[in-house]
Amino acid sequence: MTHWLVLPIVLPAMLAAFLVLAARYHLLIQRVFSLAGTLVLLGLALGLFWEASDGTVSLYQLGNWAAPFGIVLVADRLSTLMVLITCTLAPLVLLYAIGSGWDNRGRHFHPLFQFQLMGILGAFLTGDAFNLFVFFEVLLIASYGLMIHAGGQRRLRAGTQYVLYNLMGSTLFLFALGTIYAETGTLNMADLAVRVATLDAGDGAGIRVAAVLLLMVFAVKAAILPLHFWLPASYAEAPAPVAALFAIMTKVGAYCIIRFYTLIFPPELEITQGLFDQWLMPAALLTLALGMIGVLGAGRADRMVAFAVIGSMGMLLAAVSVFTPAGISAALYYAIHSTFATAALFLLVDVITSRRSVAEASFDHAPPMRGGAVVAGMFFLAAIAMTGLPPLSGFLGKLLILDAARGTALVWWVWATILGGSLIAVVGFSRAGSQIFWKAHQTFEVTDAEKTGAEDAEANQGATLAANSPLPMVAIGGLLSLIVALTAAAGPVTRYLEVTSDQLFNPKDYIAIVLTTPGKKIKSGDDGHGKGTEPEPRAALAPDETGSEDPAQKDH
Amino acid sequence: MELLVATAVGALTAAGIYMILRLRTFPVIIGTSLISYAVNIFLFASGRLMLDAPPILREGVDVYTDPLPQALVLTAIVISFGMTAVVVMMAVGSYLSAGDDMVNEPVDPAAVQHAASAKRGGGQA
Repeated sequence: MTHWLVLPIVLPAMLAAFLVLAARYHLLIQRVFSLAGTLVLLGLALGLFWEASDGTVSLYQLGNWAAPFGIVLVADRLSTLMVLITCTLAPLVLLYAIGSGWDNRGRHFHPLFQFQLMGILGAFLTGDAFNLFVFFEVLLIASYGLMIHAGGQRRLRAGTQYVLYNLMGSTLFLFALGTIYAETGTLNMADLAVRVATLDAGDGAGIRVAAVLLLMVFAVKAAILPLHFWLPASYAEAPAPVAALFAIMTKVGAYCIIRFYTLIFPPELEITQGLFDQWLMPAALLTLALGMIGVLGAGRADRMVAFAVIGSMGMLLAAVSVFTPAGISAALYYAIHSTFATAALFLLVDVITSRRSVAEASFDHAPPMRGGAVVAGMFFLAAIAMTGLPPLSGFLGKLLILDAARGTALVWWVWATILGGSLIAVVGFSRAGSQIFWKAHQTFEVTDAEKTGAEDAEANQGATLAANSPLPMVAIGGLLSLIVALTAAAGPVTRYLEVTSDQLFNPKDYIAIVLTTPGKKIKSGDDGHGKGTEPEPRAALAPDETGSEDPAQKDH
Repeated sequence: MELLVATAVGALTAAGIYMILRLRTFPVIIGTSLISYAVNIFLFASGRLMLDAPPILREGVDVYTDPLPQALVLTAIVISFGMTAVVVMMAVGSYLSAGDDMVNEPVDPAAVQHAASAKRGGGQA
């Protein structure tokens, strides 16, 4: 057993502790270590990705305890892909945070950033449902800190709403896990898959409740329609680099839906019939429509991008709820694309906000900004990608989703919503671009006095915002070039995503590796822990429990 | 006993949901605490309710209660305690900066304007 698999979780955890304890007042040391840490993580993610790319499922047993008693980390193609996306996004976002000075506007940005990465990577890698809950909490508690980084009245208010909403989500998650445990007696995902498949469909009411509760929990994370209310305010008010990192957080919800409902509640399972085609699909389409209408209706650029996130999650979940291998691979392609596109847009909106002398992110008139042409060009590219116009990856992702939806009952609804939604989004983004970039020249170029006034204002701002640093533009350029690369390499990427979803729909390997790998040998007992598929966990668990708990008993 | 525990979970959840729907942060936080108590009892009961049964092996005992839910409840208690502390701090911060403890966003345009300028300035938290 190699220990590589646990490093993406241990490294940010140790680094965050180091940063907060040893380098608390040294911004430069924090920046260097944080950036170096994310680059090492990227290397690790590439290694894990390469290892899993031939279809191997690697397993890490924490403390060498065999599943289902011990907690396991599992890296298959999907997990390592999500880890790779996160670790590609993280250094770019961090570059932006350093270059724009956002990390200096409040305390502990870098430690919280690392804890956030730890939670996200842990959620992608874990093979245990309760451990997933713990990693959700790790990523949430770090995100609470990041969300209100730099303070401010509106941000604190939005942060409070965000925390309260997610507290409810966590409680719901615990209810779901309790129900699952009561019905099956296990919380290991692979073991759950085995046990749920053997349940009698006649008395599956409990497990069906659990499946719906879990779907609701993940829908909160993924911001699906009735449960999306936390997103617009918190993403719009969050500091830009944080919002850009949050682009991967909604994907955690989508990842969990894909993982749980291919592994534990697969489409052929009778107990959970109709969950996707009757419930999730309409909800996803409504989410898509709401997000795109929100893009058009938003009065500020940051809120517009937040609604674009909701729309893209609707698109993604519409592809997921088709629930065929083609649908899942289309959803994954769109997930990669929309992560980078929304991150780039959040960062661009922050550049626009910091460079405009008045009006900030709102669509009111303002004098032209300094270096507006470059920003406008980047915004144009990112908007093309986000709305799914040719030639960038958003268009390809949308084509894949439209193609995957052909066989479903709701095909006309899906096509109409996706195409109509795209049209609305195109109008919304064009309006934003012309208000911010073009109208500025039309309205203000005539008056020289105002122009100089604007330049003065910029000069004042420039000192505080470090607007002269090239790092923000490097970060955004990096994200945009990733989108271009994703478009250019669409062939190999989709082929890889097809084998990824094939692996998801044939979870035999995953289950076998998790449940049959032997773990630690117990010195007193002769039964191996490795025979994990045996139905009596407590009998096998017993020898260790006596050993460790003896002193406590003698106290009584 | 099943009836008692089930009623407790139900009553706590109902009261918690009522409190969460209030407009001010203090009752909402009380509501989330009530619901987290409810979920703790629920988790505890998910391993079946047993009377007078030890969770760990010892000599001469045949009937055991399930130890795993107890470990889960312990984790859940610690996490919900930490989360409640965080949300209390944020609610206090929100109250001190906005001057009221409403959950919803301020709507008057003056506050929006002021907040828009504060957003860029930030200030050291």
